[in-house]
Amino acid sequence: MGRTFAQKVLAKKSGQESVEIGQIVTVKPDHLLTHDNTAAIIGKIGPELEKYGVVRPDLNIIVLDHVIPAATEKNAAGHKTIREFVKKHKIQNFFDIGEGICHQIVYEKGFARPGMVIVGSDSHTCSYGAVGTFATGVDRTESASLILTGETWFKVPPTIKITLQGKLQKRVTAKDIILTIIGDISADGAGYKAVEFHGDIQNLTMDGRFTMTNMGIEMGAKIAVFPVDEITQQFFKSHNIIVQPEEIVWADSDAVYERELTYDLGQIEPVIAAPHTVDHVKSIAELADKTVHQCLLGTCTNGRLSDFQVAAEIIKNKKISSETRLLILPASRSIMQEAMKAGYINTLIEAGAVLLPPGCGPCLGAHQGALAPGERCLSTANRNFKGRMGCKEAEIYLASPATVAASALAGKIRDPRKEVA
Amino acid sequence: MRVWKYGDDINTDMLFPGKYTYTCSTAEEIKPHLLEDLDADFAKQVQTGDVIFAGKNFGCGSSREQPALGLKAVGIQAVVAKSFSRIFYRASTNQGLLLIECPEAVDAFKDSDIVEIHAAKGEIKVGEQSFSFPKLPPEMMAIMDAGGLLPYTRVKLARGKRLEARG
Repeated sequence: MGRTFAQKVLAKKSGQESVEIGQIVTVKPDHLLTHDNTAAIIGKIGPELEKYGVVRPDLNIIVLDHVIPAATEKNAAGHKTIREFVKKHKIQNFFDIGEGICHQIVYEKGFARPGMVIVGSDSHTCSYGAVGTFATGVDRTESASLILTGETWFKVPPTIKITLQGKLQKRVTAKDIILTIIGDISADGAGYKAVEFHGDIQNLTMDGRFTMTNMGIEMGAKIAVFPVDEITQQFFKSHNIIVQPEEIVWADSDAVYERELTYDLGQIEPVIAAPHTVDHVKSIAELADKTVHQCLLGTCTNGRLSDFQVAAEIIKNKKISSETRLLILPASRSIMQEAMKAGYINTLIEAGAVLLPPGCGPCLGAHQGALAPGERCLSTANRNFKGRMGCKEAEIYLASPATVAASALAGKIRDPRKEVA
Repeated sequence: MRVWKYGDDINTDMLFPGKYTYTCSTAEEIKPHLLEDLDADFAKQVQTGDVIFAGKNFGCGSSREQPALGLKAVGIQAVVAKSFSRIFYRASTNQGLLLIECPEAVDAFKDSDIVEIHAAKGEIKVGEQSFSFPKLPPEMMAIMDAGGLLPYTRVKLARGKRLEARG
């Protein structure tokens, strides 16, 4: 009987021939990602760190991205504590403020590799399934324990197989696919499960795949994963990441799935997740002409080069509406530089956009771009929970970069297919 | 003992607003903001032994552990829900907070019902009705019994398990 991706990775990593759904296995993850919350994590285990030290200096990847530059003295003190910890324990993989959002760093610097197990103290750790990694989020306490012991447990999940067929229409993006899926199966439709994407994935860019795996958690998934193909290999090559064929893991063709879904990409329409849950998905027609006070383009979900490209194409030589504000937030320093070289950033700034440093920015409401009561934000981020952007009387709508760009021009929600460049 | 009743998809931002994530980490810092955007009375009135009843997908969203840590710290006896999000479930076990997945008990609950929980027996009484819930797997039970993951890890380290883990 064939095995799913999750079964194969967890068998390999727990040193067993095969594992069954529901079985609990002990695994030593290849990496542990933590970010600004590292300060709180190490704060839990001060005496143990003194006594035992860190289990492996190459286990940790630490990226300062959530509140950067520090907004308050308390944030600054947290960052300082982390820098001191990094020096003292000779942590090999540390990225200070301005490098980018942790998930983009793990991905573009080649820490996430096919067949690896990576855990992170951030729910969007599931993003690395884009390159065939078994990646999932854990809490701070578990991260603290991992720093000391290097091991944890997993329950082998059942898997949902999603087959994508055909090709997207112009100006319809991977964000629209994943929002459509989440709207269909609901915010807990993949709870405790793995999600594998199959089918015509050659029609999806790496940027698009990352957007989709990033939002795996928004349907409750433990992991969301794409197979490694030519496009993944090109990504590795362009980022000087050398991957051996034996590292690559994928499901058997006769693997057994709990549920199978098929989507015709040509039928996907631009959609929006309305407040206050990500599965509250509506067509643009249902929301058209709703005023938006703030537009956010970027974050770990949609802050990559092709996201800025599509926005720049739509906005070029135009001005954003005086009724709205457009905040742009590249996912990393290198993406910001590439987008600058390509002229996208300048196009957006000329149109009236405000450039924020590569980091999490307004997405989690801790600083930068907070909303006021009664305001409505149209964002390319991954969550629209009540209060998420700092104000419980504000509304957050989630959409693709194309939809956000078209709507920024109008100051109202607009269908990006109607904005002809 | 009071039962606090909430609906479906109660997410981590409702349980503990994201704007406090990097300024509040200890139990004392977390307590005043628990459920702030969901129910302003909760933090003021919650007492040791209280129980939360909720719908499906409780704790969805972020990996932030402040909700689990805070609910344990204010003495919540258990959260009873139709289902839980995965990271929240894990985080709660790691804090030693009891979560009971029992949709029947949630559906049966009426406002004046007395609720009794017998964790060891895997039994919950709601008014006159009694429901059973499955016991945790031994791996998770060991963490709960130790009082959470860090006490569990400390014992493991003291026993020299660490050398094994390095291999």
